[in-house]
Amino acid sequence: MGGFPFNAIVGQDEMKLALLVTAIEPRIGGVMIFGDRGTGKSTAARALAATLPPISIVENCRYHCTPDNPGKCPDPCTSKRARKIAVPFADLPLGATEDRVLGTLDLERALAHGERKFEPGLLAKAHRGFLYIDEINLLEDHVVDLLLDVAASGENLVERDGLSVRHDARFVLIGSGNPEEGELRPQLLDRFGLSVEVRTPEKLEDRVEIMRRCDEQERHPAEFAAAWADEDQKTIKRIQRATKAVAKITTPEAILQDTATLCQTVGADGLRGELTLMRAARAYAAYHGKKTVTREHLIAMAPMALRHRLRRDVLDETGSTVRIERALAELFG
Amino acid sequence: MSAHPTNDALLAAQNTAEAMAWDAASRTETITNAVQIFLQAPLTFGGLCLRGHGPARDALIEQISSALPPSLTMRKIPINVDQDRLLGGLDLIATLAAGKRVDAAGILEQAKGGIVIIPMAERMQDDIAAHLAIALDRRDIAVILLDDSVESDEAPPMVLMERIAFHCDCTAMAMPDNIIFTAPAGKVQPSLSDEQRQILTGTAAALGISSLRPLLFAQQAAMAHADIHQRSNVDEDDIAIAATLVLAPRATQLPQIQAEEDHHEPPPDDKQQDNQPEDPQQGDNESKNIEQLPDDMMIDAALAAIPAHMLDHIGHHKQRSGNGPMGRAGQKRKSVQRGRPLSPRPGMPGHGAKLALIDTLRAAAPWQGLRRSASENTVNAAQVHVRKSDLHIKCFEQSSETLTIFAVDASGSSAMSRLAEAKGAVELMLAEAYVKRAQVALIAFRGTESSLLLPPTRSLTRAQRCLGALPGGGGTPLASALIMAHQMALAAQKRGQSPMVAILTDGKANVMLDGTPNRVGAMEESERTAKMLAADNINAIVLDISPRPREEARILATALGARCVPLPRANSGDLVAAIESVGHKDKAA
Repeated sequence: MGGFPFNAIVGQDEMKLALLVTAIEPRIGGVMIFGDRGTGKSTAARALAATLPPISIVENCRYHCTPDNPGKCPDPCTSKRARKIAVPFADLPLGATEDRVLGTLDLERALAHGERKFEPGLLAKAHRGFLYIDEINLLEDHVVDLLLDVAASGENLVERDGLSVRHDARFVLIGSGNPEEGELRPQLLDRFGLSVEVRTPEKLEDRVEIMRRCDEQERHPAEFAAAWADEDQKTIKRIQRATKAVAKITTPEAILQDTATLCQTVGADGLRGELTLMRAARAYAAYHGKKTVTREHLIAMAPMALRHRLRRDVLDETGSTVRIERALAELFG
Repeated sequence: MSAHPTNDALLAAQNTAEAMAWDAASRTETITNAVQIFLQAPLTFGGLCLRGHGPARDALIEQISSALPPSLTMRKIPINVDQDRLLGGLDLIATLAAGKRVDAAGILEQAKGGIVIIPMAERMQDDIAAHLAIALDRRDIAVILLDDSVESDEAPPMVLMERIAFHCDCTAMAMPDNIIFTAPAGKVQPSLSDEQRQILTGTAAALGISSLRPLLFAQQAAMAHADIHQRSNVDEDDIAIAATLVLAPRATQLPQIQAEEDHHEPPPDDKQQDNQPEDPQQGDNESKNIEQLPDDMMIDAALAAIPAHMLDHIGHHKQRSGNGPMGRAGQKRKSVQRGRPLSPRPGMPGHGAKLALIDTLRAAAPWQGLRRSASENTVNAAQVHVRKSDLHIKCFEQSSETLTIFAVDASGSSAMSRLAEAKGAVELMLAEAYVKRAQVALIAFRGTESSLLLPPTRSLTRAQRCLGALPGGGGTPLASALIMAHQMALAAQKRGQSPMVAILTDGKANVMLDGTPNRVGAMEESERTAKMLAADNINAIVLDISPRPREEARILATALGARCVPLPRANSGDLVAAIESVGHKDKAA
């Protein structure tokens, strides 16, 4: 199936917003999507990757080096030519082995020529793009540990099989999972910048609209893509403008204090919550073409930036979202 | 169309759900229909699941393969296929022999655009399923899953079942007639009206199907069916067929026909009328009454209202609890696939085993001089000579996951507070589950039988929801609980987990397996079933929850070969401590 246009996705506004904000400010560090099967999680992620403008890389570089800064990878990466490729989107399947994720010794070179060469893995493939992990809560611990480390440092460091290799691996990590099938370790959750809970659209009209659009796309893929191209183009423009502007957004002292107070009130562990909330609010302000972060931006981003960082209370079954909303109402009215 | 368009399709679907009432012929017709629609556009529909083996299914597969147009290939892959074979990569042996890279194409690559048929799909490993799921998402392949499961806790991986349109039950199927493959007409396919889409949406909602994929499949199926019958418009029949084929097998709840004041009898579909033993209006009234009853009663009433075969059927769609061979506590197993690395050993890579290159080269190193001089290939002097005997593979230590099965006495003789404590213990254990990767299940026994309140899960969210309203009171059918725990433990062992049964009771059984109250008989039965658990070497612990320690609990523990811990005033924390003191390692050691 050809890509589904990002704006043609019915509803799921929070998920779309989270993905947009992360695309504007990749330092936010990925989105965790909680939800049942068949709610359009991977469709949305794929659609956004496909919508973004292509990136330019050094020709034949398997590590997606930028043409203005070549030769930073284990490949020869000597080509003077640049090439445009679609924003990378790597799928990490359940049960992927370390070799496939990190990369491994190039067996051909090793056996046939006695050379030690590195064969890049999924992390290299995802560099400058998206790494999508479906059912991340079922992923094996040791693979998750590796991923976290790379996601945090932006660099893949391989010290095994007699290899010593490092290459850049900066990607937007998108995890999806159903909490009913197993919890995620808090350490892992905390590394995700934002989290959203998606539910299957309940409204009859929405569901019918989804059927209609999917049928449309199935039937006339080209016309369907064309019909949505304008709107997707607008989204791209907006992301591009916001990406440029985000560094210049000012954050008033009062907003910083609000952020700290909020995090303290809801009991979000660690500093990461505050940092992420700040970055997300800035990106959100930029997305709306504002120059200064306001309380409104903060409130809009707070649930998705904090809900997965609250300490779990076995006896209190109140959902995290409710706890955050309550705190928001108390603090800011 | 009637005033309530939903009801037609709903009834059709409901009738399908009452699958057992069907005669084999109509079942065969349904399956044939599904196959025909599937063959119209295999990649769009993702695939078929054919459950239950037998000559009829074999004949069906035979016919599918002969009905396929030459452009569609069908290839079988065994269940033990490994990731390397699936995805392709370096052909190690050929590379060694040739001294240059030889690649083997992966099965997924070779099968692209065709159909992959997988026997014994219920035994499929999660990692294989995940790769197939990605291929399905890309519409690279279509799959036919042959599901030979007998017990209801086995099913093909959910990730695949979700992504294929048709789930067919071939268990009581008659020999199929010849399938005629009708190529898509080529002209523009008929489309659904919004009203028809609403019917499908409403039907899915009534059957408790929340995912969107089935809806999209149903829409495609309706159009394909209209196309097969060379209609330019999708009609009611097409919608009913789509609901029957795609939606009904995924039902997670019995449809509750609209409870609003509406005495208009929905006209049942002509075709389905013969096979419809129950009056739909009756179900309508029942559902209205049920809504006013308190929770506890509602569960019982709902269970009673669902026909037994429907329950079986719904059980099929229970989330398969992650049977991934992962975890930290529990029996250690040596594995060649994953886990903590151990030192490599000689062996052939493949079947999931990874080549340990450094050790292979180390083993080959001393022989290089000899081999080089013996070699005829003098062109490339730098070439490393590796023989099969040098190959080493990586080994990993893998811990199997633990499953703690709580069997909780909820009878009148045990105080109600016990239940609260047991619930607390389950939740405490689950709260730590992310550290230990342990699963927990909960069986409650009261009245005349035991019921599974919480199927094995690692999820706190799910547990809290299931435990919310645990009822109490009635007799003590201990033997029935033991049997249920026994079966669950055996199933867990089969999945590679280490099970452990924790029984919270005072040991005073008084209801026999057949539901008759008989103290002496019930005690005998429970002792006998307890010995069966012991014979299968299943780890257990008895937590005596009576106010004063009792002889009965001790006898039970002896029969189980388990420890008996008196816990007259246990709180949840003590329970967890007691269970953990026995641990899962006792018998493993």
